Amino acid sequence: MPRVGVFICQCGNNIASTVDTKKVAEEVAGLPGVVFTCDYKFMCSSPGQEMLKNAIKEHRLDSVVISACSPHMHEKTFRKASESAGLNPYRCEIANIREQCSWVHHDRTKKTGTIKSIDLTRMTIERVKRSRSLTKIKIPITKRALVIGGGIAGIQSALDMADGGVEVIVVEREPSIGGNMARLSETFPTMDCSQCILTPKMVEAELHENIRLYTYSEVERIDGYIGNFTVEIRKKARYVDEELCTGCGECIEKCPFKSGSEFELALRNRKVIYTPFPQAVPNIPVIDARNCPKIQKNKCGACAIVCGPKAIDFSQKDRIVTEKVGAIVVATGYELMPNERFGEYGYGRIKDVINGLQFERLASSSGPTGGEIRRPSDGKVPKSVVFIQCVGSRDEKRGVPYCSKICCMYTAKHTMLYKHKVHDGQAYVFYMDIRSGGKRYEEFVRRAIEHEGSMYLRGRVSRVYERNGKVIVQGADTLSGSQVEIEADMVVLATAIVARSGADTLAKKLGIGYDRYNFYNEYHPKLRPVETTTAGIYLAGTCIGPMDIPDSVSQGSAAASKVLSLFAGDELAREPQTARVNTMTCNACWDCLTACPYSAIEREEVKDRRGETIRWLARVNEGVCQGCGVCVAVCRSKSIDLNGYTDEEIYAAINAF
Amino acid sequence: MSENWEPRIMAFVCNWCTYAGADLAGTSRMEYKPNVRIIRFPCTGRIDPLFIIKAFENGADGVLVSGCHPGDCHYTTGNYHARRRWIGFKNLMEFVGIDTGRLHFSWVSASEAGKWVDLINRITEEVKKLGPFLEYRRLK
Repeated sequence: MPRVGVFICQCGNNIASTVDTKKVAEEVAGLPGVVFTCDYKFMCSSPGQEMLKNAIKEHRLDSVVISACSPHMHEKTFRKASESAGLNPYRCEIANIREQCSWVHHDRTKKTGTIKSIDLTRMTIERVKRSRSLTKIKIPITKRALVIGGGIAGIQSALDMADGGVEVIVVEREPSIGGNMARLSETFPTMDCSQCILTPKMVEAELHENIRLYTYSEVERIDGYIGNFTVEIRKKARYVDEELCTGCGECIEKCPFKSGSEFELALRNRKVIYTPFPQAVPNIPVIDARNCPKIQKNKCGACAIVCGPKAIDFSQKDRIVTEKVGAIVVATGYELMPNERFGEYGYGRIKDVINGLQFERLASSSGPTGGEIRRPSDGKVPKSVVFIQCVGSRDEKRGVPYCSKICCMYTAKHTMLYKHKVHDGQAYVFYMDIRSGGKRYEEFVRRAIEHEGSMYLRGRVSRVYERNGKVIVQGADTLSGSQVEIEADMVVLATAIVARSGADTLAKKLGIGYDRYNFYNEYHPKLRPVETTTAGIYLAGTCIGPMDIPDSVSQGSAAASKVLSLFAGDELAREPQTARVNTMTCNACWDCLTACPYSAIEREEVKDRRGETIRWLARVNEGVCQGCGVCVAVCRSKSIDLNGYTDEEIYAAINAF
Repeated sequence: MSENWEPRIMAFVCNWCTYAGADLAGTSRMEYKPNVRIIRFPCTGRIDPLFIIKAFENGADGVLVSGCHPGDCHYTTGNYHARRRWIGFKNLMEFVGIDTGRLHFSWVSASEAGKWVDLINRITEEVKKLGPFLEYRRLK
């Protein structure tokens, strides 16, 4: 016979004002198996918890029901108290008589609330009688982390984890780490040079004894679960032996062929054997196979001839490397929305219409113009530049409805950079609203407007076209209510920030959620901003949504701290709310396997003594199972049940309705 | 059917959205009809159609199933399973002659306390009009 204890909480007057708790206790006392009932002012207080513990011991209770606030509130509290009194914590259940009863039924005669509370408590009592003792699942952890993406968020995350003593693998798809931040000239609001603050971090990551970089590599496949992931990484053929190469750069010097530089965003050509930029980490060149005559037609080979350490290897192939890791930080970053979508701005048609990142390259001292602002068409110094904000952002019809967040700030920065380099030049900015929330941000924009003479025009641009070597910008100034036409030398578009191409494919490989714009979903946007719903996979930086460098860096560190706390123990204790298979009745129809959102169901082969397969069974991988119970409802032979929500428990509750 | 008769409604809800939404109605001190009894599930995908039949068998006059909005499932796709199952099950109920006004399916998120309140009030009214589910109880 079960020995159930029932505790009705008054919650001061929160419950007691509309529920007669004494009556509830009396009513349920007569139910079979109930050996102890009481009501008390505050069950969650320490005297309340003491009372619970004492009753468990004194009355040898084998299960308890607390009729109180929502289980989301104090389930953990009461389970912990029960455990300390020697009861299995999963034999403690909560009946929600506050949020879902006393607070929503305002009948002061207490009749309604009392009847409902009795029902809810009775249902929970019947349920708890069938509950089972469960133990937390212990999973061993591989204390090695994978960071996908070597931009500033990924680098920061990797460095923090490596400093915490964890081995880190960084996978970067470009030939060098650094990401978009490496492209920037100066950064707002401090105007310090991006490369100057980034490159030391890149070098630190390269030299750190706990960090291994896989550049020019991509994640091919991911298997496993928290603490135990297996990752296949495709190391794309570099045609340069990383072990032998000394990074002298002789090959780049001698290569006679050129192609458009990805890093310089088509503003300059690079050699066919190249490093993306001079400070690249690692400083090992890559051969652009598509444009290399040696690889395509077996002609040339100059690089191999001049290479002292004989590091050039034209026969190199893509290689798959398998690594085991316990946690993954995804920091794949952003790219800009293709401007060609916005025909009225002439991007792609008019050479002197560029985007914000291209302007960064023009302003960068390591850029194609050596830091002088010269327009792409004829190399002249532009005397007037028009900056157009919200190109694609906040434009639900043709672009994206969200705000790209950083454009107001970087446009203000661009106008300043321009003014500092071209003293007699004039910058115009067409804006919708100026959004400069952030420490020292508003002051920065005011400086651009008030001290640096940038002309801010509130309104949209309707048309951009060429006339006599000038770029004519027609738009509205809504503050003065007039139409404006500006004869500009160059136009810079602040294009919307979008997720990396292929972000959705990677999300599917990882089994994490993403929104309609392919930005990754946080577990909770406010309270768990760097976690995903898949345990062991964390997020950092602009793969979540538009953000600036300080936010990306903070998130990199936040994700690292999550991984470090995960790795603090040797084993991982997980809630035992998982599915389990009845091996006697499972007939291996695999409906559960198809339905499981986490691929937690595996096929298990049962062999006889001679090693011949006699049958197949579904098996639940407890490390992967998240306990949703979808498999339970699809199982035709009723061979799977869910711990904590078994059919028996639920039917008991329904029967007590 | 007496004027004072009150229907009994069983609600099967998921832990992450609707249960939290119902909690929010409480924290916001909203008021709704007291006819509903909630059973919490991890996900609507866990809900076996037999639970609904069992609820009717035990005296429910109406049943509500509610979970996260499509695309918002805590378990990614559990609510899609529930929706698909629901469509088939509802047709079956209709086929055997059960008034589908007794069966309700809804999406209520953790922030939609108001929607939850309106939903419960509406279902209670609707089921009240249909009267006690005597046809089923006679079978028992």
